[in-house]
Amino acid sequence: MSSVVAAAPALPLHKAGPYVAAAYIVFVAIVLVYVAIMAVRLTRTEREVTRLRHDVEARREAEEHEETLA
Amino acid sequence: MTYGRGLRGLSLATVATISLAFALVFFYAPLDADQGFIQKIFYVHVPLAIVSLCGFIFGGVLAIAHLRTGDRRWDIRSYVAIHMSLIFGIAGLITGSIWAKASWGHWWEWSEPTLVSFLIVLLLFATYQPLRFAIEDPERQARYASVFAITAAAFVPLNFIAVRLAQQYVHPRVLTLGGGNLPGPMRLTFLISLAGIALLYVTLWKYEMTAKNARMQLRAARRALSGEDTIAPLRRSAAPS
Repeated sequence: MSSVVAAAPALPLHKAGPYVAAAYIVFVAIVLVYVAIMAVRLTRTEREVTRLRHDVEARREAEEHEETLA
Repeated sequence: MTYGRGLRGLSLATVATISLAFALVFFYAPLDADQGFIQKIFYVHVPLAIVSLCGFIFGGVLAIAHLRTGDRRWDIRSYVAIHMSLIFGIAGLITGSIWAKASWGHWWEWSEPTLVSFLIVLLLFATYQPLRFAIEDPERQARYASVFAITAAAFVPLNFIAVRLAQQYVHPRVLTLGGGNLPGPMRLTFLISLAGIALLYVTLWKYEMTAKNARMQLRAARRALSGEDTIAPLRRSAAPS
């Protein structure tokens, strides 16, 4: 393998540039995909909080209604 | 327990450090005499690999805390640490492959011990989630997963030492205990890149822990509202609930 490395000279900028860009784009893309997945989960959590709040309000209204009847 | 405390400051520090690191990579660090511009991949690939391996060990340490205390929160922390490390490891593997293609002309080199050993570690930890998913009982799932995490984490330094002891390798050895071969500006750039990626790992770990904690608190609130005592999992899952 050392012969392979020795035979591989430094790539010129116009050839190396796309590889370097690709590596950094992969890094940024993975972080962005992760953030997007977390955003979807956050939306789901928000929806559940809203549903929970509606349940709490419905329960309170039912209790108030029962008190009024009593 | 809140995980969101300090998250804003940590996020800002991460963005600042990574921005500084990228600026140093492209405007300060000199071109490598041997590899030229392609060596710039080093500043993202190596920190990703190092942080990923440290994250696996971190997951193992958290798993030890789980087995010692029996507190499920440590299991969740360990799960998230391993989950994050897998993401960082895959990123490290892809960036490494790109570098290999540019430098050696191949996307992958099976005779290169560092690459293969890193792949073995990654595949080992990739079985962590299926292992969890295979066990339905949450208590057993957490316990078995912790034992696995500790064993696999112990394998990481052993694997590293084995590779270092290997005689035939072509992977560049620029980081050694004796100080390494990096010139000053390259070393500074590398250290800031490493700090940035490490901060990103900690930030995302805290971010995910905050999200998980919020969902668990939400479920607890729902249980309290409906008057249920037992924890009924929503569905079978590899993630601790």
